[in-house]
Amino acid sequence: MEKTRPLPDERGHFGSYGGMFVPETLIPALEEVRAAYDAARRDPDFQRELDAMLGDYAGRPTPLTFCERLTDAIGGPKIYLKREDLCHTGAHKINNTIGQILLARRMGKMRIIAETGAGQHGVATATVCARYGMECIVYMGEEDARRQRLNVLRMQLLGAEVRPVSSGSRTLKDATNEAIRDWVTHVRDTFYIIGSVVGPHPYPMMVRDFHRVIGEESRRQLQEAEGRPAPDAAVACVGGGSNAIGLFYPFLQDPNVALYGVEAAGEGLNGRHAATLTKGSPGILHGAMSYLLQDAEGQVQLAHSISAGLDYPGVGPEHAWLRDAGRVRYVSATDEEALEGVRLLSETEGIIPALETAHAIGWMAKGVRDMARSEVVVANCSGRGDKDMGTIAKHL
Amino acid sequence: MQRLRDTLAACKERGEKAMGLFMTSGFPDPESTLPVLRAMDRGGADFIELGMPFSDPLAEGLPIQRASERALRAGTRMQDTLRTAAAFRDESDTPLLLMGYANPIRQYGAAPFCRDARAAGVDGLILADVPLEEQAPFAREAASARLGFVSLIAPNTPDERIRKIDETATAFVYAVSITGLTGSGLGAVERVEAYLRRARGVVRKNPLLVGFGVRNHADAARLSRHADGFIVGSALIEQVEALWDGEPQPAETRYEAIRRFVRALKTGDGAAQEKTR
Repeated sequence: MEKTRPLPDERGHFGSYGGMFVPETLIPALEEVRAAYDAARRDPDFQRELDAMLGDYAGRPTPLTFCERLTDAIGGPKIYLKREDLCHTGAHKINNTIGQILLARRMGKMRIIAETGAGQHGVATATVCARYGMECIVYMGEEDARRQRLNVLRMQLLGAEVRPVSSGSRTLKDATNEAIRDWVTHVRDTFYIIGSVVGPHPYPMMVRDFHRVIGEESRRQLQEAEGRPAPDAAVACVGGGSNAIGLFYPFLQDPNVALYGVEAAGEGLNGRHAATLTKGSPGILHGAMSYLLQDAEGQVQLAHSISAGLDYPGVGPEHAWLRDAGRVRYVSATDEEALEGVRLLSETEGIIPALETAHAIGWMAKGVRDMARSEVVVANCSGRGDKDMGTIAKHL
Repeated sequence: MQRLRDTLAACKERGEKAMGLFMTSGFPDPESTLPVLRAMDRGGADFIELGMPFSDPLAEGLPIQRASERALRAGTRMQDTLRTAAAFRDESDTPLLLMGYANPIRQYGAAPFCRDARAAGVDGLILADVPLEEQAPFAREAASARLGFVSLIAPNTPDERIRKIDETATAFVYAVSITGLTGSGLGAVERVEAYLRRARGVVRKNPLLVGFGVRNHADAARLSRHADGFIVGSALIEQVEALWDGEPQPAETRYEAIRRFVRALKTGDGAAQEKTR
């Protein structure tokens, strides 16, 4: 890929994707967030506070684990896992909620709202709100609240109010609609902590920046382990795409690193699935132009995945751009392949991955097998599977 | 576009506040939308906004969300909305706008959409999730099809931005009364009035209409003192919902009830004269 000006442009566009498709009421609020973030990222005090929280509270840096038995089982390249599952709260999501809560505090906004699918972002938001003593309201689809009941209890224990959403598909898409509606209604005193690289500008850029630490640490750690900073390939699951962009971003300019984003193929690509970049088309949802699962009329279609965190008919606009640019290859794993991924990683490495993460593992079983044994792959172990034991028990 | 401009100008000349009324296409059911529009028209609508249902209407409160879901469940497609518009145009000269969200229009294609809307006798377009920053491709196609383009402002929109919005709007400026969703309460009315006075001072090029949370004649009269007119949506949707989902009654009784409700919105008096055509 050519070295180009940094993306997004100042209006939040990644090529033709991104932007700010929101009601007028949110424009001043987005401008306020953009200006505050712009000032914060140049402010050494903000960086220090962020680094301290990532270190002392979230548990960074997370290890880069060489997986000897997984490598042998797959029979291809050397596989390393970036262990975001070891972050406080059990997934990478906390990187972003720490960044955004510090920003909200700088802006003097004491009421925090969030949307959540699997509940990991909700838990990560409730956690930082408890840490700083701030009001926290989390919107969660009824269907997700049912299948991720443990996370609902965690959020409540952390002092958050979980508001079940019963409209539409009762999953992440509708929880996001409700969070946006809440923000429109309480725009003056509320900060909306979006949980993925989706939504209107500046969120896709800001959330990416807070997760870049995943890829940046990986470079340093791989340098120590292998004597070179870049792997031959990097792999991550993609729902909205936050853990993937976090891992990929520091490798985008390096054409020798093959990048694979693994979407949820659900029951199969010709059935019910959540493979937005594989099977969707450009469209506008939740404030941004990106790829979308939609019908011929432009109505958004229901996604399906065994994993609540990937069960989303949209995807971050930067991924849409990377797809069209051909820089990242977007592939997919079915529900069944994800469950195989859970079993494989649990049995070979003693690591039970989240169902989201398991899509990346499940895809690798076939997807990287043909790479040379001398080659190196880094996969993002974005979350741990404790929250999914109910679903896993039902299927395995 | 000219029809809408003429109507708003005529209202002003008569010293009247223009009344815009919103109804979701395909609601309460696909067959009833046209007769409901007819009743709104006969009750005294100065212009009508026909809502294009969308799966994720994020500026809407519950009444319009429900109406939109119901219309989509009944299979309402963009072609049906355009057909309803054309049928309405065949029988009335009242200005008609289409209101909705960007994605269905993008999917249809902004250029063919504007062309087909114009051919169906539509006068203008309102997109709830397309602010100044994103409007160029839509506004351009609307202009070349000679459709008016309505732009929205909100209570937290700064003066300088209101000025820019006024410059680019070609039909009217839609003042969203509150920071909130359609169908919300107005809250402290003095605050809404102060905002409308501020907007009135800045909006020079276009008529200024106020909407969101206007439920009855008293709201309409109070707020439109500072504007050229008002828009009612959710309250009317709730009326229709109650009429269709309540006790069974003859269709004509329902349409008469809508006409009465609409007349009362405009005049404060349900028995006032029906609009003569």
